[in-house]
Amino acid sequence: MGDILVITEHLKGEFQDITFEMLGRAKEMADSSSGQCAAVTFGGMNGKAGELGAADAVISVGGSDDFNPESYAAAVQSVVSAKSPSLVMVGSTSMGMDIANSVATVLDMPTVSYCADINTSGSGFSCTSSMYGGKMNAVTNVDGPAVAMVLAGAFNADAGRISGSPTVEDFSVESGSGKVRFKQLIEPEAGDVDITQSEILVAVGRGIGSKDDIELAEELAEVLDADLACSRPLVDAGWMPKAHQVGKSGMKVKPKVYIALGISGAPEHIEGMKSSSTIIAINSDKNAPIFDVAHYGMTEDLFDVVEELVEELE
Amino acid sequence: MKIAVLLKKVPDLVEDLEVDGSEKALNTDEIKFKLNEYDDHALEEAILLKESGAADEVVAMAVDGEDVDKMLFTAIAKGVDKATKLTDGNPADSHQLGKAFANALAVESYDLVFTGVQSVDDRDGQMAPILASYLHVPCVSVVSGVSVSDGTAVVHKEYSGGMMGEFEVDLPAVLGIQAAKQAPRYTPVSKIKQVQETAVIKEVSMGDLGSGAGSSVASMAPPEKGVGAEMLDDIEALMDVLKDKGAL
Repeated sequence: MGDILVITEHLKGEFQDITFEMLGRAKEMADSSSGQCAAVTFGGMNGKAGELGAADAVISVGGSDDFNPESYAAAVQSVVSAKSPSLVMVGSTSMGMDIANSVATVLDMPTVSYCADINTSGSGFSCTSSMYGGKMNAVTNVDGPAVAMVLAGAFNADAGRISGSPTVEDFSVESGSGKVRFKQLIEPEAGDVDITQSEILVAVGRGIGSKDDIELAEELAEVLDADLACSRPLVDAGWMPKAHQVGKSGMKVKPKVYIALGISGAPEHIEGMKSSSTIIAINSDKNAPIFDVAHYGMTEDLFDVVEELVEELE
Repeated sequence: MKIAVLLKKVPDLVEDLEVDGSEKALNTDEIKFKLNEYDDHALEEAILLKESGAADEVVAMAVDGEDVDKMLFTAIAKGVDKATKLTDGNPADSHQLGKAFANALAVESYDLVFTGVQSVDDRDGQMAPILASYLHVPCVSVVSGVSVSDGTAVVHKEYSGGMMGEFEVDLPAVLGIQAAKQAPRYTPVSKIKQVQETAVIKEVSMGDLGSGAGSSVASMAPPEKGVGAEMLDDIEALMDVLKDKGAL
């Protein structure tokens, strides 16, 4: 096994959790072999290199603090070309998606998406991808240089949150062609409720079937004094406002009790709610991945359960 | 202003999924396929841009396969102007699919290419940035909301926590669409049948697909069940949990 390069991710001057999740795993793998672990930072984030103590070295490419799909990918491409790591770890995130695929395609390296686990294997790595909405795991063994896109929450961030003083190398890169220009960061519109502060959440997913049936979930939320949340498809369908969305591009929530109604549990949703203290899932598909993260489950028809529950509670 | 929308079918996750005899791939014999939901959003966003007058023409493209004609006729019924089917090949992964579309787009002119941000089976990477690399044009992924004027597109790229980055992109460009401005439209079957009788799907050979992903699946299996959820038999048991956990 050779060296591992972790592509850090930051937003508004803070390293994102995915950075530490990848660093922790990278350090474990590097420690168990002769390899080194280096982290690539962008913009002025080299000023926070002390937070990246899990890495042996920090490679600062400078440039803008604001993410740019083109220039960030071009910078990573330069670093990968120069350093020839055997594994490049990138977040399976909005920013990571632009970087990983572009770099891997141009440099003709394989990409392994949706990695829920990565281990050293012989002279290479074994990557487990969570596919088909979390219903199948596919193992890919890579022996040469490869790019792994790591799912948020796959590894423990605390293992990578180590302060220290890694060496910092200023690495000069081309800035790209300027065909993509960052304009501004747009903050989320304030909704009627901040679900990140809710103690109890009743969350609805595609299994609810129709917009009108959300009313039933609202009734349950009312009797439980809970707030209403939802998975992405309901926002995309225009059934629920964005401020109620839990998951990858929505909110990260950790209520005391999270009741998931008709939510299958795709990795993108689980990322946003798995830290809830108690998760209760009601879904008629007994194979739904949500039951793997839920503490309690019911496979009865959600309408029957909710109706009966509301009746009992009233 | 011309937009090409790339469409792909994926296994419907409502189905019970099983691996095939090789234990390296899905058993696709019994399962239904449907249009990738993000491709449906890409299609909707393109049609909205045409309806607003920002785009002059929208072309839907897909690789030949079962029920692909129907998928393309449906796209025409929804509002695209033309449909192209790529024949003479069977792309095995996102890289080969990207090559097939890149070959077709080398002859078909375009200003923007829209495709779904990801799909449930793209283990080897997401097609939009892969295709953009083949075409040597810029790409932005995870886009919800596109506006176009004077040779540039302004796009909103979603980050976590509801934040978005706004970017200006020179055309031509490829965009990986997460969500259209509105939910994808529904088209009545009667309209699709009508289109089927009059519209013509252009066929183009997909050409050389290259060597593909550069990696392959060693094994595939449903995730190992952990301890999992404690299953509750009735409402009383559910009420007890709610009480115990302080929700009542």
